[in-house]
Amino acid sequence: MTSQTQASSAGLKWIVSDAIVMTKRNLLKYVRVPSLFLFSTIQPVMFVLLFAFVFGGAIDIPGINYLDFLMPGIFIQTSLFGSQNTGVGLADDMNKGMIDRFRSLPMSRSAVLAGRTISDSIRNLFVVILMSVVGYIIGFRFAGSFIESAGALLLVALFGSAFSWISATIGLAVKDVEVAQTAGFLWVFPLTFASSAFVPVETMPTWLQAFAEINPVTVAIDTVRALVLDQPVGNNIWIMLAWIAAILMVFVPLAVDRYRKAV
Amino acid sequence: MAIIELSKIKKSYGDVRALDGVTLSIEEGTIYGLLGPNGAGKTTAVRVLTTLLKPDSGTATVAGFDVVSQANELRSVIGLAGQYAAVDENLTGYENLEMVGRLYRLGATFSKNRAGELIEQFDLVEAADRPVRTYSGGMRRRLDLGAALVAKPPVLFLDEPTTGLDPRSRLALWAFIEQLVSEGTTLLLTTQYLEEADRLADRIGVIDDGKIIAEGTADELKTQTGGDVIEVRIGSEDNLETARGILATIGTDIPRVRRGDRRIQVPVDGPGRVAEAVRQLDAAGVKIEDFSLRRPTLDDAFLTLTGHGTDEIVTGKPPKKRRRRPGRNVT
Repeated sequence: MTSQTQASSAGLKWIVSDAIVMTKRNLLKYVRVPSLFLFSTIQPVMFVLLFAFVFGGAIDIPGINYLDFLMPGIFIQTSLFGSQNTGVGLADDMNKGMIDRFRSLPMSRSAVLAGRTISDSIRNLFVVILMSVVGYIIGFRFAGSFIESAGALLLVALFGSAFSWISATIGLAVKDVEVAQTAGFLWVFPLTFASSAFVPVETMPTWLQAFAEINPVTVAIDTVRALVLDQPVGNNIWIMLAWIAAILMVFVPLAVDRYRKAV
Repeated sequence: MAIIELSKIKKSYGDVRALDGVTLSIEEGTIYGLLGPNGAGKTTAVRVLTTLLKPDSGTATVAGFDVVSQANELRSVIGLAGQYAAVDENLTGYENLEMVGRLYRLGATFSKNRAGELIEQFDLVEAADRPVRTYSGGMRRRLDLGAALVAKPPVLFLDEPTTGLDPRSRLALWAFIEQLVSEGTTLLLTTQYLEEADRLADRIGVIDDGKIIAEGTADELKTQTGGDVIEVRIGSEDNLETARGILATIGTDIPRVRRGDRRIQVPVDGPGRVAEAVRQLDAAGVKIEDFSLRRPTLDDAFLTLTGHGTDEIVTGKPPKKRRRRPGRNVT
């Protein structure tokens, strides 16, 4: 324990440097396997088009163009789904012996996890920017200022990175790529759909409304939506940031602990 | 001076005891071979020494650093090549080595230069800028070994470095390992191949069921079998049982029978037994196709020490129940 405390006080520089090396390693994968990047981008773009054209006509939200309502929801959905790659990637590293190698090196104990969550967040950010472009083509518009719009997309990526740490904890616990994949969607799916992502919460049955209203995903979407539609954000942004902080405070130590004990 | 020391190390997975009080001392600048069948505890020992696994009890040090309380310091003086070639498929060979250098915190320039050196040393120049997924198994192992050497660590751990390699790649890897140790590195090598331990190791520890059951040079271990070995190949499978019975009374241990080529081996206490064996086999009407008296091999030593062989061997008694590590597929 003493050696770890010393290392963390002496070497913040090294912790950052290790995380950068790991982030670069993970991002290189997308460069080396372009088809992976292509297909993981097609899915969210497809969601935009499907929801906009299939549900767009049926769902009527007074005073708002459905596409403008929908896009913030799909942004958050994309970053949540994307965050599940973190656990899958770690399970894969574990099975291929990479985690053993990293754990035998004098590198920081958090770097492998930080590298994963950062690279997945960068990817998420790239994908939501691309989705905005596709949305723009079919009529979506940011109503707010550039700062509000950019801030909205950054919040989306930040929210996803918090969920990456949950995914990391799960991936290191289940240790299997396919299980990590299935286990990830198991909790992300209901969280995303029982939220204000696609329809206003008021249209849901009362019991579901109760859940949807406290769902952090709803809070995040409402914040991002307010920024995108140039409406008052209110307290939502603080509640969203509190959720992000709370998730990080619980899951960063849990994931690092899992990593330390990974067999 | 001992550079790796284990004292009464125990480690269990649930109620399976992987290491059952291992005490071991390895001299600086030597190759130590940890020899044993699958599930004997070899990998667990390496994982404890490389800080991947905390022992349940006992102490272990590498280069003076305790595996538990000084894990971080210890990691900067070791190199590990595990059972899987732990290299990133999507990076090039060069990028893999450079990344490991950066993670040893050797700095950008040093890491780049060192990666270049190792690429040359391990004969990967032409493949250096190709993603590793295009590499053959032998190339991956070489790169993996290179990655373990990035920091020029004084102590190196190789866990079954040649398992799964074809004979040619194995010979090539052995040559690399021999060259390496001539430069002063201390190496702990695990293997299930007797030939590998015999060829590479200065000293060998035989591990079985989580215990070191014998230790010494290859020659010392061979001598422990108690002398020479009679090997008989008989004419007909029908006589196999008769012949086995006869040799059992002559030998100092239970004969080993290889049904496939009708071969029986038994250790004896001296050349004087040869005449007796031939006479008795002849009297029983067993046709002898081939008969030899030879020095014991490590395989014989292993059989004598553990009571079971390293491959499928039919002996007079049922094979001992093997304990296996659960979970991971250790091949």
